Parts: sequence; C-alpha cells; structure tokens
Amino acid sequence: MNAAPTALSATTSGADLLLWVAFPYICLAVFVVGHVWRYRQDQFGWTSRTSQLLEHRWLHWGSPLFHLGAFMVIAGHVVGLAIPDSWTEAAGISEHAYHTTAVWAGSVAGVAMVTGLGMLCARRLLTRRIRLGTDRSDKLLFPLLSVTVLLGISATATHNVFGGGYDYRETVSVWFRGVFTLQPHPAAIADAPLLFQLHALSACLLFAAWPFTRLVHVWSAPIGYLARPYLVYRRRATPAAPAPARQRRPASSSRRAA
Amino acid sequence: MRVMAHIAMVMNLDKCIGCHTCSVTCKQTWTNRTGVEYAWFNNVETKPGVGYPRRYEDQDHWKGGWMLDKRGRLVLRSGGRIKRLLSIFSNPDLPAIEDYYEPVTYDYDNLVNAPAQNDIPVARPRSVLTGKPTAITWGANWEDGLGGAPENAGGDPNLTGEWAQKVKFEFEQTFLFHLPRLCEHCLNPACVSACPSGAMYKRVEDGIVLVDQDRCRGWRMCVTACPYKKVYVNHATGKAEKCTFCFPRIEAGQPTVCSETCVGRLRYLGLLLYDADRVGKAAATPDEQDLLDAQRGVFLDPRDPEVRAAARESGIPEDWLDAARRSPVHDLVMRYKVALPLHPEYRTLPMVWYVPPLSPVLDAVDVAGGNQDDPDHVFAAVTRLRIPLEYLAELFTAGDTDVVAGVLMKLTALRSYMRERTLGEAGDEAVLKAVGLTAREAEDLHRLLAVAKYADRYVVPAAHTEDAAALTAMENRCPVETSGEPTDAGGRRVMLGIPTLRRRAPEAPAGGRP
Repeated sequence: MNAAPTALSATTSGADLLLWVAFPYICLAVFVVGHVWRYRQDQFGWTSRTSQLLEHRWLHWGSPLFHLGAFMVIAGHVVGLAIPDSWTEAAGISEHAYHTTAVWAGSVAGVAMVTGLGMLCARRLLTRRIRLGTDRSDKLLFPLLSVTVLLGISATATHNVFGGGYDYRETVSVWFRGVFTLQPHPAAIADAPLLFQLHALSACLLFAAWPFTRLVHVWSAPIGYLARPYLVYRRRATPAAPAPARQRRPASSSRRAA
Repeated sequence: MRVMAHIAMVMNLDKCIGCHTCSVTCKQTWTNRTGVEYAWFNNVETKPGVGYPRRYEDQDHWKGGWMLDKRGRLVLRSGGRIKRLLSIFSNPDLPAIEDYYEPVTYDYDNLVNAPAQNDIPVARPRSVLTGKPTAITWGANWEDGLGGAPENAGGDPNLTGEWAQKVKFEFEQTFLFHLPRLCEHCLNPACVSACPSGAMYKRVEDGIVLVDQDRCRGWRMCVTACPYKKVYVNHATGKAEKCTFCFPRIEAGQPTVCSETCVGRLRYLGLLLYDADRVGKAAATPDEQDLLDAQRGVFLDPRDPEVRAAARESGIPEDWLDAARRSPVHDLVMRYKVALPLHPEYRTLPMVWYVPPLSPVLDAVDVAGGNQDDPDHVFAAVTRLRIPLEYLAELFTAGDTDVVAGVLMKLTALRSYMRERTLGEAGDEAVLKAVGLTAREAEDLHRLLAVAKYADRYVVPAAHTEDAAALTAMENRCPVETSGEPTDAGGRRVMLGIPTLRRRAPEAPAGGRP
C-alpha cells in the first residue's frame, strides 16, 4: 500500500478522473469553504433546529437511535477507511476476525441508524406541524442522508452479509486515503461494486451539503460543558476601541463591538 | 466580597387585578413572532391554579431548579453534566407544546371578505402550527378568575398536604389572587448552569440573564432546568428565548415594558447590591425554610461605607450606588421585609419578589363575621385561617407559615394604622410596635406601597456613558432577530435553516369567492 504507485496512471479513464478525483475534491472544497463562510456569516442559524417541542413521541426513540447508531457507524468508517489493513494485521487481527467484527458491529449500528433515521423522517413527513417547519435545507438533507445510509447498508448487506464478501479495504479505502494524502488512486475504486461506488458518491454530496444544513450542529457538540463552571457571568460588551469622545458617528461605523 | 449590582423587581400582589396588560404589552414587544407564538415572557396566572405551562411547579415531574444531593452539595435536579449530555438527543423532561397550549389565530379575513348572506360570518380559530381549524382547549391563563377551577385548580402543585383538602372542600368560599410572572433573573440561575453551549449568561453590570442568540445551539436543557419554565424554545429558529428584562430600556434608564404599562402600578424596580461570592453558599443552605434569610444575607446594605468602598472597587459607578440607596426594591425586600421570593425552595435565588396578597385574608375575616378594620380580628384571622396562609407559604416561603403571617400582619397593622391617621385620629402605635414598625417607617412604607409615583417606583439608573460604544453597538441589532425574509437587500445576516414565511395556511380561503 505504501508502494506509491503513480497516482494518476495513464490507464485511468476521463470519467474515473472526474468521478473519483475531481468530484471528491470539489465536494471537499465546498465542505471547507462552506463551513468557514457559514460560521462567519450565520451564527444565528447555527443550531440543531430542535423540534422536540412540537413532537416528542417519535423523537424519544428515533433521535437517540439515530445519533448513537451514527456514532458507531462513523467510528466504523474511521477504522475501515483510515486504518490500512496492514496495520490491523500487524496488530495481530486477522482479516477474518476483522471482517466478522465489522459486519456484526456494523450491522447493529447500521440497523440502529436506519431505524432512527426512518423514525425521524416519518415524524417529519407525518406530523403536520413538523412538516410545515421543514425548510429547504432539510428537504435536501433528509433525502440525501437517507440515500447515503441506505446505499451503505445495502452495499454491506449485499456483499458482506449475504454475498461472498468484498474486501473494500483493498480498494475503496485505498482511494479514500489517497484523496486525503493528495495522492489520488481513482483506479482503486473504479472496479468496486456499484453499490460501494454510489455510496461513496452520495457521501461526497453529503459532505458538500453539510455546511448548508443543520448538520453543522455536529461541530458544536458541547464537550466543553463538562469542564466549565456552572455559573457564567459576562460583561455587557467590551467596546472595540475607545470611541472618539462626543463625536457624531456615521450610522454604520459602530457595528463592530464584539 | 465581590460586589455586584442587580436590577430587581417587586410586585405588590394586592394591587394586581389580573388585567394582563403587562402580558399583552410584553408580547407585542417581544414575542409576536413566528416560533414564539405560544411563549409569554410575562404571564399572569390565577392562583390557585395549575399555571403556565401546566403544573410547572411540580419539580418531581419537570426536574427544574436545584437540590441538595445526599452529601449536601448543590446539584441541578435534572441531573449532572454527563447525564445532561447523554439526554441531549431527546430531553425526557422538556414540556411539549400541549403543556403550554396550541397557539391559534382567527380567520379574520372571513369577516371582511365573506359574500353577502343571511348568516353572520364568523372568524374561526386556526392552529398557527398546522394552519388547520382547531378547537381552543387550553391557554396561558385558562382558569382566569378561577374559571373551570373545580375541574382544574385541584391540579395546582402547591395544593399538597392535609390543609389542601380544606381548600377544595370550601371552594364555595374560595379565594383567588393573580400572580404575574416573568423570568426571575436568578442569582443562581439553573438555566445558565444547564446550558451545554455556554450561551446563557448573567450580566455582571445589572444581573440580567440573557441567551446569546449567536451561541445557542438549541440543546434545550435550559427549558428543563428553569423551575419557573421561563425559557422557551423558538420552534422556528430552534433557539432558546427568554425575558430580557427589557434590557434596552433598562440601559436607557427606563422601566421594563411590563412595569411601564402596569395599570395597577404594582411593580417596583430598583437596584440591589449583592455579594457574588456568597451566592453559592446561600443557595446550598441545608434547610429550605432558611433560604429566604440566606438570600437576604447575600444582599448588601448600600448605606454601609464598607460596601460602598467595595462596590467602587468593583467598578460600580457613583450614580448607581446612589440609585441603590434610593431603591424601592431594597426597601421592600431588606428594610421592611414585606417582599418574598417566589418558590425559594428551587434554590435559584430569584430576583423578582412579591408582597403577598392580604385581600383573601380580609375577605375571610368578613366571611367569619369579623371586622376588617379591627387589627385584632385580622391578626386572629391571619393565623386561624388556614386556607390562604399555607397556600401562600407554599408559594413564597417554602412552607414556613410564620414568615407569611408576619408579613400579612405587618400589612394589616399598616392598613389599620394609616386608616386611623387618614381619618384624623392619632393612630394606635402599639399595633405598629407589635409588627416592628415605627410611626415614621409606617408612613414611609405606606407611601411606598400606596401612593408612590413613577419616579419612586422605578429607580433605574441608566447604563454608563463610558460604555457608550458598547451600547450603540446594540442599536443596529435586535437581540432576538426575527425569522423570515431578510428585510433589506443589503442585509448583513444570512439566515439559513429558518423557514421563510411558513404556516400560511394553504387551505385558508384566498378570498370570499365561493
């Protein structure tokens, strides 16, 4: 894997270049720039957009199932995609043991996430109050997330649970790491089964959409709460700079004061 | 000693006629927006009654406020930090919209646009949340004036214990009073402590508790933690909102909207100086009934030279110290001790206090065939009439009836003495002495409670000119900006994730055409 093959060999077709190099990088660029833009421009819109007030019975089960399932799924992806199989083998974990664990844990996590997401989608569609409060970004996010999750779980189900087994760590993972090490290997994923390919592409889209949806609340996970003092005092506001005394200021110059 | 100034409020419940002007003007000012249709930063409840949201005082159920754990440490009733983060995906103790009420609007259009016909057109109620016709089955003060009380008022969480049986039993001779409520801007705010994002804070300068709209991420733990349920979720923005104590007005030296528009003139605004270092200890006082004194022990005497020196050191300006000396709130809370906090047992050390109502007692004296003007009759009645006293104690003193009785007797003595004086008699000073007042103090207190003018009721020092830059920064910015379309093309705010113009009922008739 660290043989560093010529990243973009001549055999790679134009379509592969477009799908597995250009497209992911565009999505990643949108992801990064979009976040910077939104964080600077839209603190007021940066929220989990809770709708528990309006509907709580479905949410009570759906939301924890979805979130906890998602955490496991994300952890699974980090292990499966970011850690080369040579490392796990070096740690004494056989290929078979790895895949058995992955399929089992992944199935549990996947089912939890799909069930949770299904409930969350259902309440959004069936509860009129919530449906009316659903905005454009939600209408993009919910289908996109559902498609990505369903593609992922059906890829696993088709090939690894019921199928003969497909070692994505030899192909998809190599491509994934290549994107981040700036040595893209489009050929690595080009021959992967269609479901894996579609899953990867919709995931790229999801990353591109991320900064413009409520998904941004992921970055605000309040871990700091565990350490901060209970009582928060704040001064009214600190004047940015001592204003020139008694000077009639232009209407727009006084905005920036933290 | 860390001296801080706090703008606080006292309400004289005897004067509240339940007109809801405070609530309505507050709503017009702050919550007439999408997402907070159901929210009343100020509301007036009928007591006894279940309140708004329903049974919010039942902390076994809603888990609001603080409590002492087995080792006597102060902990949030809704659980520790880890438990709070674990329940972030679905908060088990969050009131649902049904616990408040389903907000409605009316088909006013129909009144104007209905075609000529034999029937008078009506404006039917429509849910603001779904746009569909709905039946109004609950509201922010559904049992106004005890309406439906036989059905509902028994659900009042304050009606506990044996004496409560008597309340229900004698409902024919029942009592009621109105309780206006707003955010208490507590010294030990549970909402602030529960906020995972650290978006809620207490202002150093004046103690006002606010939600930073830019930092709130909608984790909704504040709603649960507040035992008064005075933090609301804006369901359009997904962020928390609460009473701001009208801080833009306060900073300009003006009273809050609810105070300004109170027709009964029952509200008082003024500064209290307090020692921020003593807050935690006071809130952790072991016996609930000692919390009242513990909180009074946190307040400082603005006339004490040592306090004044310490206050200057912590940067409190001279005119604020002067305002603290003239504060009607300090007089009612500390000097005459006739004001009491609402539910001190929640351990948040609330800063909106109440002079308990005497009227139910006087009515009861009449019923018992006594003479309202005779202090002996009233004194006897105050202690003998088990009904209101225990109820009031449940509200204001964590069940300590002696304290409430003391305040009511003081008010009775004051009334009787001042009535004699007004009628040209000498006035019986023995009555005053019995409640610990001098003639001079009685005149003073009477003036404050009965005839105080605008400037005496509202002693609000303006925020300081040194901070002018900070204040003008606020001018361009509404602290709770509305959802919906950006108003101007060059608007600097980009609001993603907020539904634009929602709930325009699709099936609402476009006009009167058949």
